[in-house]
Formats: sequence, structure tokens, C-alpha cells
Amino acid sequence: MAIQDMPGASPWTQRLLAIYGALVLFFLMLPTVIVIPMSFSDSQYLEFPPTSWSLRWYREYFGSSAWMSATWTSLLVAVLTTLLATPLGTLAAYGMHCTSDRVRNSLQLLVLMPVVVPSILVAVGVFHLYAIVDLNYSITGLVLAHTALAVPFVIITVLSSLNNYDMTQEMAARSMGASRPQAFLGITLPQIRFSVLTGAFLAFITSLDEVVVAKFISGGENATITRRMFNALRDQIDPTIAAISTCLIVVSVLALAAVQFFGARSKGRT
Amino acid sequence: MSAVIAMNADELARGQRRERAQFIGLSLPATLLILIIVFLPLFWLSSLSFLDRGGELSTENYQRLTGDLYVEAFVVTFQISAAVTALCVLLGYPLAYWLSRKPQHTANLLLICVLLPFWTAVLVRTYAWLVLLQRNGLINNTLLSLGVIDAPLQLAHNLTASIIGMVHIMLPFLVLPLYATMKSIDGDLVRAAVGLGSSPTEAFWRIFVPMSLPGLFAGVVLVFIMSLGFYVTPALLGGGRVQMLAQRIESTITIFSNWGAASALGVVLLVMALALVALLHRVFGLDKLFVR
Repeated sequence: MAIQDMPGASPWTQRLLAIYGALVLFFLMLPTVIVIPMSFSDSQYLEFPPTSWSLRWYREYFGSSAWMSATWTSLLVAVLTTLLATPLGTLAAYGMHCTSDRVRNSLQLLVLMPVVVPSILVAVGVFHLYAIVDLNYSITGLVLAHTALAVPFVIITVLSSLNNYDMTQEMAARSMGASRPQAFLGITLPQIRFSVLTGAFLAFITSLDEVVVAKFISGGENATITRRMFNALRDQIDPTIAAISTCLIVVSVLALAAVQFFGARSKGRT
Repeated sequence: MSAVIAMNADELARGQRRERAQFIGLSLPATLLILIIVFLPLFWLSSLSFLDRGGELSTENYQRLTGDLYVEAFVVTFQISAAVTALCVLLGYPLAYWLSRKPQHTANLLLICVLLPFWTAVLVRTYAWLVLLQRNGLINNTLLSLGVIDAPLQLAHNLTASIIGMVHIMLPFLVLPLYATMKSIDGDLVRAAVGLGSSPTEAFWRIFVPMSLPGLFAGVVLVFIMSLGFYVTPALLGGGRVQMLAQRIESTITIFSNWGAASALGVVLLVMALALVALLHRVFGLDKLFVR
């Protein structure tokens, strides 16, 4: 590994670059960081820094049956999506890894499509599809749509760790009499488990944070939290949303921390 | 003897084929779900775009797209996407360069500042910008107290706000692939150029920058594709003044319930996005892009 520096660059250039880089990082962090103190403000007007502190907006959030039911819907959908997308994605990645290059490449392109197709088109399309099979405003419909959006992330993470995994270990197990499923569950899966978990966290966050599809196909008593937030934000800047946002940021931070942790572990292993 | 070997080889090849078919079967549930939820409705949308209101085959919907409202949506979408992409490069390239020349552990710590917003919900970040940019928000108040301005500026609910919000959301998508590419550039090459008498500036532009272009290209195309179809941030931060393609599609359906025109718009958007994706796949390989 080469020494990481800027050969011959003057100290001034380096200093300027550092200042510029720090400013860009500040720009990236500012909005996320600013929401948290504001959620503890006592004022209606979201001033910064808050002049007086209170848990008023948290009481508002946790006391509102509409917000609470939306929160439970979102959590339920995200958990079910994770439970569905993780095994489906892991199996698909394993199957794709073991098949021929040509088939793998075309399957890979196909499963990446949900990531690159504009979400408004997926939303409009799914809305129409669900109108035919009567799944709009249902938990089942939301879970299926979110699974389709989340499964690519599981496949990508698991595939990339399978690429670093030595398949001959499975061969060895099978030569000693293990069946394919036994070899996969007993030998391969334990070794790629961190990437499977990373995929699961990605699936969870993808579902929890998804707005556009939920805006079209969720509603009534099954409206998700993001749908409700989106509609509330169109009218006014409700400070309750600062409290909800802070809760969502905490979930993101925990998920990111978990993924970083698993990432470090799996790098240590394979 | 050789006949037996040939037979065995034949048997083995057949076994291998059977096994491969089974493996494709393993990916079937996930692929089928994506086909039904994502692809099937897209095919239906495309076919709908070629029917007029009476259900006859026609290009009426596409002719309608030449109307002022739609042309404006296309122009605005392209302008915003180009501006967002350019700003992301301006902010992201120096950042990625700075990070890639840092020792690994420092870079990892600083990268958290890129990853955390990346993992935070788009809606939460858009809300944060609404709060920051509002009339009595932090930015107006800071500028007022510094004496830069006398009266609060109208920062939210316009084009500028949409662009700021979008740049914030897209920036990690540019920085992450670019950082990965820059990290793999051998610093000795630049050092060698300097050692052989090139000026540091010249070495940077003629050695480092060309080698970072694949990563930059990947980030640029990715940001541009995502900007083209972006909905949430312009819808909230634009305050109804900014109508990009995605919002035009949404309002064509929810307000005018004109599915034909909306699907024609959708098809054009889809074709543009897929063409860019194909280009990206050619040059960079899509699969490499999403590995974090």
C-alpha cells in the first residue's frame, strides 16, 4: 500500500483542501444533526437553538393514536419485509453464484432493476396492479412491494461475500456425505452470516424509509409513517415531525452501526 | 475404456446441467416477485401509453407530450438534474480526493459523515432542510445576525431549495464510488511523475484525474439517473413551484386521472433512465456499483 498523501503539494493546497472537505462534511451532517435538538424545543416555531426545552413534541407523537398506528404499520411492514426479503435474497444470491456466468449476469441485471427504475413508475404501476387484485391499502400488498424493492440489496450484499468465499469447502462436506442443503446450512451460511445480516438491515431500512410507493398503495388505517409525514409536510412544518424524525434517525444510526460492525467482522473472517 | 469415459463425461455434463437448472430455481422466488411487482406493471404502462381514450391504438399520448406543460417539465427536469450533478461533482470530487489521501482509520471515521446521511430517510433529510431554510430558520437567522441581509430571504419552497435538498441527498451516491476508485489509485504513480520533474499540479491533472474518471463517471451517471426520476424532495421543497417529471406524472394521474398521458411520460422517463443504466453498465459494471 502506497503512503496516502499528496506528493509535492504545498502545505497551503493541502490546508485549503482540508477546509473545503470539512465544509462539505459539515453540509452533509448539518440537517441530520440540527433536527435532534429542535425536537426537544418547547416552541411551536422550530427555532434554533431552542430557547426552552421540553418533551412536548414526543408526548404529542406518542400520545397521538393516528401517529402511533402509522408507526406500528411501518414497523410491522418493515419487519415482515425483512423476514421475506432476507431468505429470498440469500437463496437467490446462492443460486446465482453457483450457476453459469452468463445466466448470473443476466439475472443480476434483472434484480438490479428495482433499484434504478424511478420509484414513481414503480408506484404508479403497483397501484394499478393492486387495483386489479385488490391489494391497495393492505399490509400484504405493502410487504410484497417493499420486498421487491428490498431484495436486490440482500442479493448484492450476499453475492459479494460469496465471491470471497471458497466453495470447495462445500465440495469437501458433500464428498463426506452431506447433502447440498446440509452443506449450505452447515458450512456456507455460518460463514456468510454477517453479510446476510447486513442485507437484512438494508432491507429493513429500505422498507421503513420508503415514501413514494407507500404514498400510492398505503392508506386508511394501513397508512405508513412516511406517507403520513409526507402529507403533513405538504401543509405545514409540524414540530411533531421533528420528534418522529429524531426517532427515525436513531433507527438509522443503530442500523448503520450494526452494518459497520458486521462489515468489520466479515472482513476479518473471509 | 474410452467409451466408458465418454459416457461418464456425458453423464457428468448432464448432471451439471441439471444442477445449474436447480440453482436457477433457487433464485426463482426473488426473480418472480421482481418480475410481477416491477416489470409486469411497467409493461402494462408501456402498452397503455399507445392507446387513446377510446382504447384504439394511437400515438395520441406521445403527441400530447409536445404540449407546453410537458415540454416545460422535461426542460426543468434536465436543468435541475444537470445542476444537481454538477454541484455534486464540485462538492464531491475534492471531498473524495481528500478522504482517499487520508490514513485508513481517519478516512473511515470521516466517511461516517457521508454514510450517516446516506442511511437516514430521504423524508427526514428533506424535512430538516425545510426547517433550516424556512423564513425564521437557522440560515436566515444566521445571515440576519451577521448583518449580511436586512430581511429574511425566501429560501424554502422554490427551485434553489429543491436543488440544495437534492444535492444533499445525491452527494453520497457520487462520493462513495469515487472514493473507492481513488483509493485504488497507486500514489507512487503521482510521486514518480513529480520525481521525474512534473509539477505537482500537472501530475495531479495528468496522472491522478484520468485514473479517477471511471469512478467519477459512475457517480455522475448514477446521480443524474436518480435526479431525473426524483419525487419527494422537489415535491416538498419546491412548494408546488417546481414541477419535475415525476411530479408531473403523479399529478397527471391523481388530479387529471389521465393514465394515457401519464404512462407516455413514464415511458419516456423509463427509456431515458434505462439508456443511462445501460451506458453505466457498459463502462463500469452495475454490480460493482452497489457494493458498500
